Amino acid sequence: MTRYGVRTLSLGYLAVILVAPVGLIFWRAFEQGLHPFWAAISNPIAVHALKLTLEITVIAVPLNTAFGILCAIAIVRHRIPGMGLVNALVDLPLALSPVVVGLALYLLYGRDGWFGHWLLAHGVQVLFALPAMVLATMFVSLPFVVREVVPVLREIGTQQEEAAATLGASALTTFRRITFPAIRWAVAYGVVLTTARSLGEFGAVSIVSGGIEGRTQTLTQYVQASYENFDQTGAYAASVLLAALAVTTLLLMTVVKRGDRSS
Amino acid sequence: MPGARRRALGTPALSGGLALGYLSLIVLIPLAAVVAKAADGGWHHFWQVAWNREARAALELTFELAGGVVAVNAVTGTALAWTLVRDDFPGKSIVNAIVDLPFALPTIVAGLTLLALYGPTGGVGVDVAYTRWGVLMALLFVTLPFVVRTVQPVLIELDRDMEEAAASLGAGRFTIFRRIVFPHLLPALLSGVALAFARAIGEFGAVILIAGNLPFKTEVASLYVFEHINSDDPTGASALAVLMLVISFTLLLTIGGLRRWATRHDR
Repeated sequence: MTRYGVRTLSLGYLAVILVAPVGLIFWRAFEQGLHPFWAAISNPIAVHALKLTLEITVIAVPLNTAFGILCAIAIVRHRIPGMGLVNALVDLPLALSPVVVGLALYLLYGRDGWFGHWLLAHGVQVLFALPAMVLATMFVSLPFVVREVVPVLREIGTQQEEAAATLGASALTTFRRITFPAIRWAVAYGVVLTTARSLGEFGAVSIVSGGIEGRTQTLTQYVQASYENFDQTGAYAASVLLAALAVTTLLLMTVVKRGDRSS
Repeated sequence: MPGARRRALGTPALSGGLALGYLSLIVLIPLAAVVAKAADGGWHHFWQVAWNREARAALELTFELAGGVVAVNAVTGTALAWTLVRDDFPGKSIVNAIVDLPFALPTIVAGLTLLALYGPTGGVGVDVAYTRWGVLMALLFVTLPFVVRTVQPVLIELDRDMEEAAASLGAGRFTIFRRIVFPHLLPALLSGVALAFARAIGEFGAVILIAGNLPFKTEVASLYVFEHINSDDPTGASALAVLMLVISFTLLLTIGGLRRWATRHDR
């Protein structure tokens, strides 16, 4: 009896908080057929928002991946002073409110900001433009690759790397032939998480973007703007698109987990 | 062979320097700008700005809601983890995958879905829009996976011999859970609720549509910061943001400590 009680409680909770609400927006988006849904997401403002979101993701994810791997190596392999601090600070974006991130960039790159003042004087607009939106996205999605790669690097140890180096392999060859193959699934998992976070980022970006329709409005901001302008069809349609991307992410995560287990 | 190790992955100075430089540019310098802005008028001025009635109300509400999030998640998260590990029913692997959905789903979508069902046009007889219950629900949505995902692996690893021994000695189910299972789950459970608490303190996207803009009623700390940026009061926003930064960092160190406690037997 206890088992059914626990099962009812947990599945009931999942249904009330998660499954029913998410299911409903899919229903709402498609209840009048495919046509209104298509019309809602193919309007130029929505299309631009989607493109901008993808553009930000395409810039932020590779940068965070490269530096994520580098950070992980620096934390695990090199005992340099300051790396303990790096290790602690790398997780900060996970625990920090996105509005604090947005505010930080807003202050730094604003008209009177430490960087903004100089950059504006040299004709570089960061705030309320693509660069600030990319920086915000990079900040919030920074920890994922590092967090996935660090434990794997610790686990594989240094024997093979040392052997390769002893046999005369250069640092790059050692990384390419020994280290990377060992961490590739962790990197893949980190990339999937980074991508999901980048596509869905809202708070930090909405502070630094200005959210101008057709110019600096991302897809998540489009959802908010549509809802607040009483365009529920548009909000639901864009949400369904984002939710579909999220479900794709979940599927990829499952695939990557399987690949990791079989290797 | 320190020499070989050094060669194995490039020079420490280069990779360490690049990593530190990247972290500084993306994370540390921007955060320093917030602290500098908050400290602009000195310590006294900082407290005056950070400790005004509206900010205090926002912080109090944030902590109350985060406390609620911890309480609910401790029970439902453990129950869900238990169901996924010890129970068996058709579709269990789908349920297991669905638990991760809040991690992948954009937060603004999370808020919108809750409004669609439990908002003014939801048709289920409740309307949580612009209420604290609505904000709590949004926070529960985004924090749902934390406890499940920290407790689940511990439950999988848990040796069932002890439970069977206890049962054969006449212990009831509740006693077994309380005396044997629960102590083993505790470190993982605590780090799960700490993660949920940290998330609840800072959450913004999921609550903005549900909370609206109602100071003293549904305005949590993140909304306070957001509204004060919008109303061109960066100093006020920074003051509360610094407090949130301190809270986040403290929680992060706590979670790190809890993790080490949870894995203390592995070393």
